[in-house]
Amino acid sequence: MTLPNRSKIEAKGVSVFYGDNQAIRDVSLNIDQDRVTAFIGPSGCGKSTFLRTLNRMNDTIAGARVEGEIRLDGDDIYASGMDVVELRARVGMVFQKPNPFPKSIYENVAYGARIHGLARSREALDAVVEQALTRAGLWNEVKDRLKDSGTALSGGQQQRLCIARAIAVDPEVILMDEPCSALDPIATARIEELIHELRGRYAIAIVTHNMQQAARVSQVTAFFHMGQLVEHGDTAQLFTSPREERTKDYITGRYG
Amino acid sequence: MSAPTLLLLILGLALIGWLAARTRAAAFATRPGQRSPALPGHHATFVALCTLAPALLFVALWTTISPALVTDRVLASPAAAQLPPSGFERASILSEARSLSDHGLGAAFHPLAARLAPAYDEAQGHYDALAAGIALLLAFGSGAAAWLRVRPGLRARRHVERGVMALLLAASLIAILTTAGIFLSLVLESWRFFQLVPVGDFLTGTHWSPQVIDPADPGGTLGAVPLFWGTFFIGAVIATAVAVPLGLMSAIYLTQYAAPRTRRWVKPVIEVLAGVPTVVYGYFAALTVAPAVRQLGVAIGIESASSESALAAGLVMGMMIIPFVSSIADDSLAAVPAGMRDGSLAVGATLSETVTRVIVPAALPGVVGGILLAVSRAIGETMIVVMAASGIATLTLNPFAPATTVTKQIVDLLTGEAEFDSAKTLAAFALGLTLFLITLLLNIIALGVVKRYREAYE
Repeated sequence: MTLPNRSKIEAKGVSVFYGDNQAIRDVSLNIDQDRVTAFIGPSGCGKSTFLRTLNRMNDTIAGARVEGEIRLDGDDIYASGMDVVELRARVGMVFQKPNPFPKSIYENVAYGARIHGLARSREALDAVVEQALTRAGLWNEVKDRLKDSGTALSGGQQQRLCIARAIAVDPEVILMDEPCSALDPIATARIEELIHELRGRYAIAIVTHNMQQAARVSQVTAFFHMGQLVEHGDTAQLFTSPREERTKDYITGRYG
Repeated sequence: MSAPTLLLLILGLALIGWLAARTRAAAFATRPGQRSPALPGHHATFVALCTLAPALLFVALWTTISPALVTDRVLASPAAAQLPPSGFERASILSEARSLSDHGLGAAFHPLAARLAPAYDEAQGHYDALAAGIALLLAFGSGAAAWLRVRPGLRARRHVERGVMALLLAASLIAILTTAGIFLSLVLESWRFFQLVPVGDFLTGTHWSPQVIDPADPGGTLGAVPLFWGTFFIGAVIATAVAVPLGLMSAIYLTQYAAPRTRRWVKPVIEVLAGVPTVVYGYFAALTVAPAVRQLGVAIGIESASSESALAAGLVMGMMIIPFVSSIADDSLAAVPAGMRDGSLAVGATLSETVTRVIVPAALPGVVGGILLAVSRAIGETMIVVMAASGIATLTLNPFAPATTVTKQIVDLLTGEAEFDSAKTLAAFALGLTLFLITLLLNIIALGVVKRYREAYE
């Protein structure tokens, strides 16, 4: 543990229920400001569910219930006074399947900025769009066709467009839910490169079922199994000398 | 020989063929363990089908041509010489004679009809016997030929399969042919109308009063523009103004906001509205809504507010088509991928922002298709306007003024006492044809839009 670790999000004793079914059991985990945190584990282990509690996207699922405490910069995000809309503007999300809106590239990126009134003028909005697309590494590819539909881009470009859309509202945290699982290896490499570039500017948590990807992009790795957080810690250390037997079995390919 | 007897005889022949073929096929039944191209049952069915099909086809064809043959034979009889040479009276005597003969009645309205009735009896009997003979001969001949073909190598299973396919094809063709027949009869009657009234007068004339037709210039009072305007005003403007917002908003509520439990009972209830008979909507429009609309009109200072206003009919028609709009809008909204909704919520948009900026625009083509289908339904709707709209054709933008529609006028034209070949009666067919073409076009466009939209997300 060499870097000074400032926690952006602190989760304590979090459990999630879908109806009577408990998906997450008593998970406590911090997301650091300056380090990328990867969630790994076999399918159905609860890693995506836990990610979605961090910006309350589970609220959109009927019957979902969250217990425990999650604090963003010390504020409880499940407190009754918390505005979900503002929370999601601060904690952005990128999904498994690229989901651009059926609008132009420009409008996709400008969407959040318009909703939150981030730009007063057309010029300011143009600047927001250009900055977000630049940070998402897409500007050079699309700057001459901002009016084209976002859905006409390739899969990898669509995913970077979605990252740009998240960046455009100037979030503090970006959550990524298996962002590369629908992409080919070249597009995947491009997204991983992008995650390196974004580190430090945003706190980042990424769910992946690809252990090599977790090793490449993250500094902290959390291993989930059967709804529990089995172990978490420095990525290099977790992959080379796991403390728990279950972690070792998983990363050596015994199951999952 | 009566038709039921004939049918029973043909069926009997088929049964005999079935049994005979089964026996014959059973005789060469294959040794155990050897596969055969057809089982005895297939051979039997094959022979039965071969017995039935040609005879039944013949009977079906015969029933369409035999009335003409019978009439020809009657006209050749001596009693027919006294018939008036042509026209309405001749046709009415002939038709009376035919019904006298068919129903075996004693008393006749026209004495000549009574004298012609025996000739009808004779001609009918003659051709019936002929037809029965031919049908039975066909059944027997074709059945026997099929029976002779029953051999181990006969692929009866495949022939039966083709027979089944032909039967299914015929069933689906009947619906299409009926529609084509309706269209053809509309075209023929309209053709007769357009020989009396120029097409241009009908389609562009703005004066409609079929009660007073000037024989020298029938087109002068048969201008259909006010009718089509009334139809458009009631069905496409007022009804749509009611149905689109209400239908769309209820679909948005049900797909985006409602808890699954609420959706489970509200959605079927809305769909029940589509099952209310339109005549019930008609009472509601005429007895409840129309007086209320008139009072409202008077209250806001429109003294001339009619109790048969366009607004009353249009409002109720709008209620009627809400289920059409909401059901198709519901499907389209539900088909928008969940990822889009999540993507919008995840940048901090509220649900209503997500709905208006992402989900509705994404579903728009499907919603528009639903609206077009509903409009097409509204402008073809008859019962509500028959009961609630006015018979007076006016060209007006005032929703409190009386207005009429194409369908209402068709009913009025055909329920009066008029000769069947007058311009007034024939106008109903021209109106029907035009309306048919308009709704057909709307349906084609709507289905095209809905289809293209479905493909976009598959």
